Amino acid sequence: MKKENQNKTSLRSVREDCLEAVMSTRGLSIGYASGKRKTILSRNLDLCIEASSVICLLGQNGIGKSTLIRTLSRMQPALEGDIFLEGESIYSVTQNELAKKIGLVLTERIPESNLTVYEMVALGRQPYTNWIGKMNQEDENLVSRALKGAQLEELADMRCDELSDGQLQRAMICRAVAQDTKLILLDEPTAHLDIQHKIETFQLLKKLAVELGRSILISTHEVQLATQMADVLWLMNAEGIVSGSPEDLINEGRINELFDRNTIHFDKETRQFRFK
Amino acid sequence: MNKNHSNRLIFSFILLLLIFMVLVNISFGSVNIPIRSVINSLFTGQGDRETWNYIILNYRLPKAITALLVGSGLSVSGLLMQTLFRNPLAGPYVLGISSGASLGVALLILGSSILGGFWSVLGNSQVMTSVAASLGSFLVLTAVMLVSRQLKNTMSILIVGLMFSSLSAALISVLAYFSSAESLQRFTFWGFGSLGNLTWTELVVFGLIYLLAAAFLLPVIKSLNSLLLGENYAKSIGINMQTTKKLILLSTSLFTGVITAFAGPIAFIGLAAPHVTKLVLKTSDHRIVLPVAAVVGAFIMLISDTIAQLPGSEYTLPINAITTLFGAPIVIWLLVRKRRMVL
Repeated sequence: MKKENQNKTSLRSVREDCLEAVMSTRGLSIGYASGKRKTILSRNLDLCIEASSVICLLGQNGIGKSTLIRTLSRMQPALEGDIFLEGESIYSVTQNELAKKIGLVLTERIPESNLTVYEMVALGRQPYTNWIGKMNQEDENLVSRALKGAQLEELADMRCDELSDGQLQRAMICRAVAQDTKLILLDEPTAHLDIQHKIETFQLLKKLAVELGRSILISTHEVQLATQMADVLWLMNAEGIVSGSPEDLINEGRINELFDRNTIHFDKETRQFRFK
Repeated sequence: MNKNHSNRLIFSFILLLLIFMVLVNISFGSVNIPIRSVINSLFTGQGDRETWNYIILNYRLPKAITALLVGSGLSVSGLLMQTLFRNPLAGPYVLGISSGASLGVALLILGSSILGGFWSVLGNSQVMTSVAASLGSFLVLTAVMLVSRQLKNTMSILIVGLMFSSLSAALISVLAYFSSAESLQRFTFWGFGSLGNLTWTELVVFGLIYLLAAAFLLPVIKSLNSLLLGENYAKSIGINMQTTKKLILLSTSLFTGVITAFAGPIAFIGLAAPHVTKLVLKTSDHRIVLPVAAVVGAFIMLISDTIAQLPGSEYTLPINAITTLFGAPIVIWLLVRKRRMVL
């Protein structure tokens, strides 16, 4: 009980000094509702995503990371509370308007089709195109620039299902970039990738925040990379979410709250979890 | 740019082939009429012989137009189902939607014969048949969509479709057991499928419903491309899934319903034609695939009908047998040789 209060106070304090947030939540509860039964995974979340920051969401399997990402992107309804995007509730805008503000990269594989990389990235322009999806010069420029930024120009004419996992993930991120949204939410973008591609993916995301001013929320299991790359960490456990800079969270030992403290602990030197 | 250009070329080529095939289709039949006379009849209304003129304008031309509408409509329905359910094996026949239409027609033809009196008049009306068929296909498609919401695996949807087919077949046989021999015969012949027998008035009704179904598609062309990424991604790039699903549902059940009502349940065009199209075009862009698939479907239907006429003989084969003989090997070939059936 005492700890829960502590969490809340630290969250409140973050919320107050983040007035120019891209996204914020108030009293948000996430989980699943089927019929009358509600399964709440996390309640009373007051979160805040600042402009052009990289946030990494860490937490155990099944703790609700994906649910949070899906709730923030309106893929599934919030059980309680509200989510604000540039001061406006996300539940008050149309799907198309929302798509101009939030880009999304999910873990699911896209179905097999003849879609080329260029066509797939160009789909990111759909919120802006006319009824038949015709792209104008500006749309084409944005797609080319996104492809260039992700170094995918040479693969542009390949079919998406011919790409390697790493290339496909880059292409999916590229599509979210072409969508030209302030906020990009990514659900475990580095799963299935080798360490080389993991680092490249994180670097690409960091670049998007620094150079293009995008805010980026990544759910991930890469603790080491997250502590190096993120501006802010969200540590998610059964009690809620603790937010702070990687340095602060490590020094205060909060990061140890992520997992069962009896079996593993965080080693500050190597920035990794170790067996006790 | 280059790809667009070559696709446009392919489209024009197939369109020319289609026009040629219409002429061939009209020219062949129990009496073979030279293509030159066909052209004379069609464009001047003055055939070389009075009988030929009559056959062409009142029998073969309506039949060719029916083939065009049936083939293109089924092909488009198949493409829509494949994209909506993200399952390359989906189609109006496979998903049980044609069976639903059959059930609607069976309820009307067989059911009205059981009830007799006033109802038997209804059972003979072509407009009522299309209403019943559309309702039947609408019901089954709605049921498939509702069940598919619970299923993550796209393959299970095919099994659900199969079950609905079996259910419809079972209900139809129960109805058949109680109905009169005359109406049973009528239903059986309808079930073989036939492109002929449509008067110009019926053709106008058919055409209008076809146009209505096509009109429902216009607002979803853009959404169809987004669906290639899956439903969640489609939402994330601004597609209103509920509206899109409703429109696709309406369009497909109208297409399948009206086609099944006027021509009987026709198999495999809806499955094979879109795949032939995607194989030739090597793209999944619906703005290109949709119109070409319509033309390819119409083309295959015309060929099937020409073969079914057994040119020069007095016999006509059931059209459904021909499309299956044509379609089933294509599907097997795609699966085995190309190892690639995609959206």
